[in-house]
Amino acid sequence: MKPFQYRAPTLLGEALSLLASAGQRARALAGGTDLLVQMRRGLINADLIVDVKKVFELNRLDFDPSDGLTIGAAVPLCRICESPEVAQHYPGLVDALSIIGSVAVRSRATVGGNLCNAAPSADSIPALIVHGAVCTVASREGTRQVPVARFCTGPGQTVLGPGELLVSVRVPPPRPRSGARYLRFTPRYEMDIAVVGVAAWLELSEGLTTIANARIALGAVAPTPLLAVEAGASLVGRTPSAAAFAEAAALAQSIGAPISDVRGTAAQRRHLVGILTRRALEGALQRARGAEPDGRQG
Amino acid sequence: MDGKVRVQATINGQPVEFLCEPRQSLLECLRDILDLTGTKEGCSDGNCGACSVLLNGRLVNSCLVLGVEIDGGEVTTVEGLAGPDGLHPLQQAFIDHAALQCGYCTPGMLLAAKALLDRDPDPSEERIRQWLAGNLCRCTGYDRIVRAVQDAARRMRRDADVHAEG
Repeated sequence: MKPFQYRAPTLLGEALSLLASAGQRARALAGGTDLLVQMRRGLINADLIVDVKKVFELNRLDFDPSDGLTIGAAVPLCRICESPEVAQHYPGLVDALSIIGSVAVRSRATVGGNLCNAAPSADSIPALIVHGAVCTVASREGTRQVPVARFCTGPGQTVLGPGELLVSVRVPPPRPRSGARYLRFTPRYEMDIAVVGVAAWLELSEGLTTIANARIALGAVAPTPLLAVEAGASLVGRTPSAAAFAEAAALAQSIGAPISDVRGTAAQRRHLVGILTRRALEGALQRARGAEPDGRQG
Repeated sequence: MDGKVRVQATINGQPVEFLCEPRQSLLECLRDILDLTGTKEGCSDGNCGACSVLLNGRLVNSCLVLGVEIDGGEVTTVEGLAGPDGLHPLQQAFIDHAALQCGYCTPGMLLAAKALLDRDPDPSEERIRQWLAGNLCRCTGYDRIVRAVQDAARRMRRDADVHAEG
């Protein structure tokens, strides 16, 4: 790795000043599981590393029934997955966060880092999108909110401008009679990168007979994780059924631009979107009805 | 550029102070500055687990942590496993089950297994295999490693019972 300066501020304002002072030559360090690898490979060169793990706002993990869940951008995945409140209210998020990397990676890796690394296959992003999560982004000029669905703009690219820092992600409070599920396909269960990932979220009507709201998001089939708008909309007002889920799955298969690469072919990816969308919807439905889906990932 | 940075930490129970460059990983600091060469370098990108150590009780890849990040923290390496009474039960079980051939992955395996048993004294075989998924071994086929971890867990539960009764 090339030499750099290291700072570990405790105040958000200090972190933002440091990032602004060095412009493009500064990088924020959270878990480091992507950043340090890319710096070692020479893909990222930085003169200043701002370790943001000691900044209070980036270290919070708070649940409030009326505000929802606030995940500081530097909170390691292990802390989120171990939180009883997250497990109780957002099991669909735990589906995604608990399968990123290894135990050792999850000791360090963060939701903020997963978002800022902006891999098309990032497991956390489709799950955050279907939960309607919103990013809080700060700079010396102020703060703005960006829906997770619009945070990534391309592989490794985000809406963050020079001097901007992702502070936290807010996940809205869980709605009654709702449930979410994230599933991915990988050749091996652990330590792998999604060939395709699909997250689904359903909210049932009061009698549990019809779908009041639905969201589906896809990973690894486009330059960014995608919200499958029409696939989700097709379910609203319908009775949950195999036919309705198959229709939504077909709509999900019709979007994106999957590529063929070392992990899979475009045709395989389209096929997987269909399978995983149906299964994720079934899992989300079970959770919306208060049951826990069986079976492991994929 | 900054020069070297002073880092104070507790390593294997001992207070340690050293100077390092910000770009040096914890792995490099352990091996090249502190002469703790039990921790191995494999892939240096977080895939193989050979460099696994405990940082503040959490299993981490020391290649993906900067040395400067451990300031004020606590690190356990393979050198810190054995106690005054001899080898750690995991180390003994790895020997008894021949859970190694070349031994390069063993320090990381031991630390990963310790992190698991610290949290779950009676893990299922599936949990052990999932937990060790970030530690690659190209010799053993993993079976003997899993048996050794199961056996060490049994021994540690038995010892805990003896202490509880004593």
